[in-house]
Amino acid sequence: MAKLGPMGFSPYPAAVKEGVLNPPEGKALLFDEMVDEEIAMKKAARAMLTRENPTIFPGPQVLYAWSEDAKKKAKLIKELADVFGAKIIPMYDYRPKYPKINPEVEINPNHPNLTIWHNNIKACIFVGVHCHYANVALKIIRAETDCFTIALCSMEGHEDAMITLRDQHPSELEKFIEIAKEVKRELDK
Amino acid sequence: MSNISAQEVQYNKSGQKIVSPDYLLFEAPREKFFMTGSEAVKEAVKRASVDASVSYPITPQSEAAHLIGELWVEGYVGVYFRGESEFGVMSEVAGCALAGARTITTTSGPGTLRAFENFPMWAGTRIPVQLVLMARGVNAPLSIQPDNLEVGFLLDTGCMIWYAENAQDLFDMILAGFAVAEHPSVHVPVITVVDGFFVSHTREAIMLPPEDIALPPYNPYKAPMPVIDLEAPPGRFLRDPFVMKSNYISYATHASWQFEVRAAIERSRPYAKHYLRGLIEEFGNPDAEIVFVATGTAASQAKEAVRLLKDEEGVDAKVVKLKTIRPFPEEELKVATKNAKYIFVPEFNVVGWLEREVRKVLYKHSDAEIIGTPRVAGGMTMPAEVIVSEVMNNLRVK
Repeated sequence: MAKLGPMGFSPYPAAVKEGVLNPPEGKALLFDEMVDEEIAMKKAARAMLTRENPTIFPGPQVLYAWSEDAKKKAKLIKELADVFGAKIIPMYDYRPKYPKINPEVEINPNHPNLTIWHNNIKACIFVGVHCHYANVALKIIRAETDCFTIALCSMEGHEDAMITLRDQHPSELEKFIEIAKEVKRELDK
Repeated sequence: MSNISAQEVQYNKSGQKIVSPDYLLFEAPREKFFMTGSEAVKEAVKRASVDASVSYPITPQSEAAHLIGELWVEGYVGVYFRGESEFGVMSEVAGCALAGARTITTTSGPGTLRAFENFPMWAGTRIPVQLVLMARGVNAPLSIQPDNLEVGFLLDTGCMIWYAENAQDLFDMILAGFAVAEHPSVHVPVITVVDGFFVSHTREAIMLPPEDIALPPYNPYKAPMPVIDLEAPPGRFLRDPFVMKSNYISYATHASWQFEVRAAIERSRPYAKHYLRGLIEEFGNPDAEIVFVATGTAASQAKEAVRLLKDEEGVDAKVVKLKTIRPFPEEELKVATKNAKYIFVPEFNVVGWLEREVRKVLYKHSDAEIIGTPRVAGGMTMPAEVIVSEVMNNLRVK
């Protein structure tokens, strides 16, 4: 089960070892619980609106205009960031950098904890990151930080995130934006 | 897909109708044929919309590799060539898969070891390559006989490992293998094992769906890593040659990466359960206190031993056949052996790798005595009578 807060130095936790698998189609994963997508979206919005330094980490699949979906998603992610008042720090390159990344402006899957520590990020969204690199990074973040992680995945999800939403295409992102606005109103923000 | 309308029909590059894996495996009408395991490989590949295959001869898989070559001549396989060695083959296969091709290859025994460095590389690069391993064993002096020692070496490479009992299993597993391995959350290689000679070279009845239908083509853009596509920006520059710069990767990444590969195998469970109709198969009296846990031909022989034990000795027994070794069907095995007093693990290798696996899983979960016998190697056969004799001798001693 993905727990909030550092899990320890090593071994790096993998939720599947605790019996947590990705949600089936139409469902989302909230820690180790299968829930309806709307419930997970509300919890995700609340985390992004109430925790310090919320940040969206967009990956190459939404950073580059390689398909019509990617273009639509990129615009929607900017809108989502506006609703949350969140920073956008891209994961634009998966290659390790020598001697080190600049954590102010980028996040790298090989040491994502550096960016989270540097910016004191307490809630984040992964979107458009290829699944393998998202999974590698989410395990490290879970092990090394107390950041609340949310995965908006266009495929089958990421069980190492605290909240994972699967099959997230432009229509689902539009729905998430509406839910985020609603939660923001409820919080009087 | 069975009620597909004319407007929706799509064809692959070979002109076969594309159908869903469920339709191909479970719903399509089947006709009976009489063929070898090697020929079953050809029939499966013919229906798998395979883009590329690389071969290298080694007994007993040479015929299967050759028959895939014939499929290339017939237009069913996109690219086919012979590698320079097994190491070359497995590297070239990786190249094909990294470029987005559905890829299959075959090998046996020492060829597996010659290629070995590539298997964890396949898993680490998250390519859904399929290797059909026709097991032959490893020994000096060189053995070319049935033996599955090399499977024990492959267990921790990060690849899924499935084990076919007969030609029918092999045909179905090859098709299911692609369907499971290519799930975006799984996307690790699948090694489909079958016992060389016993299955590769013997003819048996096999039920095949029509040859004018095939799996949907592989979509590399759903891969968990960017496919190498020189035209599309996400893939164009995001993937270094795999080993380069590895010293700049944190230890944390190397650890997380390896956990992630193993996690991917775990994610395959629900899909494998679906397409293989369960990770285990039981045969015999479900409540029997004598249980054989076996794979492949050893499971076939154990099934015959169950019949002999009942008919000639009046002893109830059952077989738990494991269809997958990675992922290992842990929960299924615990449930299937809950009444067991004696668990026999018959194997075609000298080390008893399956016995080790069974002991590990059942440690503190079963009071049964686990007996790693009969164990044969180097090409010896395992007659059902020998299995019966081992059981009766053990029971008499108790």
